[in-house]
Amino acid sequence: MKKEKSIPGPVQKAGTIPTRMGSWSTAKPVLKGKCTFCLFCWVFCPEGAIVQDEANRKVTFNFEDCKGCGICVRECPTKAIEMVEQQGDK
Amino acid sequence: MKLKDIAKEEFYRASYGCAGCAAVLMVRLTIKALGKNSVYVVPANCISTVSCYYPQAPFFVPFTVMAFAATAAALSGISAGFRRRGREDIHVVGLSGDGGTADIGIQALSGAIDCGNKFIYICYDNEAYMNTGIQRSGLTPYGAATSTTPSPCFENRPKKDMMRIVAAHDIPYAATACTSYPLDYMEKVVKASQVNGPTYIHILAPCPTGWGFPPDETIEIGRMAVESGMWHLTEFENGEFRTTYTPKRQRPVSEYLATQTRFRHLSPEQIAAIQKEIDAARD
Ligand SMILES: Cc1ncc(C[n+]2csc(CCOP(=O)(O)OP(=O)(O)O)c2C)c(N)n1
Ligand code: SF4
Ligand code: SF4
Ligand code: SF4
Ligand SMILES: [Mg+2]
Repeated sequence: MKKEKSIPGPVQKAGTIPTRMGSWSTAKPVLKGKCTFCLFCWVFCPEGAIVQDEANRKVTFNFEDCKGCGICVRECPTKAIEMVEQQGDK
Repeated sequence: MKLKDIAKEEFYRASYGCAGCAAVLMVRLTIKALGKNSVYVVPANCISTVSCYYPQAPFFVPFTVMAFAATAAALSGISAGFRRRGREDIHVVGLSGDGGTADIGIQALSGAIDCGNKFIYICYDNEAYMNTGIQRSGLTPYGAATSTTPSPCFENRPKKDMMRIVAAHDIPYAATACTSYPLDYMEKVVKASQVNGPTYIHILAPCPTGWGFPPDETIEIGRMAVESGMWHLTEFENGEFRTTYTPKRQRPVSEYLATQTRFRHLSPEQIAAIQKEIDAARD
């Protein structure tokens, strides 16, 4: 096959994310109750900010990506997650 | 498909989308369903806007921004190019908004379905031109206030029936979905990817910013849309429509309308008229 010409115009490498959105949040989710590892919160989190901890059969949160929307809190059937006020991604 | 079988890897991260955005969730679920072997065409809309703040590139797979009207034409061309190179294994996917589908991109969509190349066209429906400031589109439902149909002279036209439009092209596969039913949606995406021809998926994606509700209610409001009969989960295959999910409980549409500021001006008579239409469609 002929050697391809490069595409004219700006091209950025897929998956370049120098800016993280956790700094937007005004509240963050904290696991307080019993997690049954049903994964409802995990599938509904728009940001993919929930991590499956398979060894301990519970979820953890990635605060670099969490925007603090509160969907996980609302969708958890056992009400195991609580929102705590928190500015930024700390 | 079960929740534990879904890919754990994230392919769409750190977008500039609003907190609680169902369109962002739609992208995340789509790429998880299709895997890395997929390329995306996105016209002007919220998703291209929140994914293109240079140097930010939240898609972890190839993605290109397309002229508003040209999504389906681009899909058709890319698909033909891959076929020519013997790379029909790559999924070619369009992510277009309701405005980009039902209004501005409808001619290209019609032409591309007619051409018959293999692609998946996904219309994520947040029921207005959100990215430019909540203007009404052909998919804004009757009764909604937008910046171009402000209360009290709100949207007075019904929502276009895109499924019947694509079905009239004898499309091999089309489906509706909602971000509140992720497994149903992902199964439909996988099914579409196995069809050797054009496919169309129309997914309702509630928008906290444009509809006027708190960001944590995104999933609940999508569920209420289906349970109230404002939205249906269906498939079109072999020339026939089929309902893929019948809600276990039915809710009055007034409950759904009450959750969003875009409907708050509606009078009891107008709400009753909407309920009557839903009931008529059910029979
Ligand atoms: C030809 C053309 N007309 C108008 C615009 C401006 N524009 C950019 S995005 C947009 C709204 C898109 O609405 P929709 O397709 O519903 O996607 P959403 O923003 O709601 O995600 C408009 C009008 C444009 N980019 N190109
Ligand atoms: S608050 Fe929202 S973004 Fe953060 S983990 Fe929960 S669902 Fe995800
Ligand atoms: S929804 Fe609740 S119980 Fe289920 S995995 Fe998340 S935190 Fe655990
Ligand atoms: S305006 Fe609506 S669709 Fe657009 S990014 Fe915000 S929540 Fe998502
Ligand atoms: Mg829209």
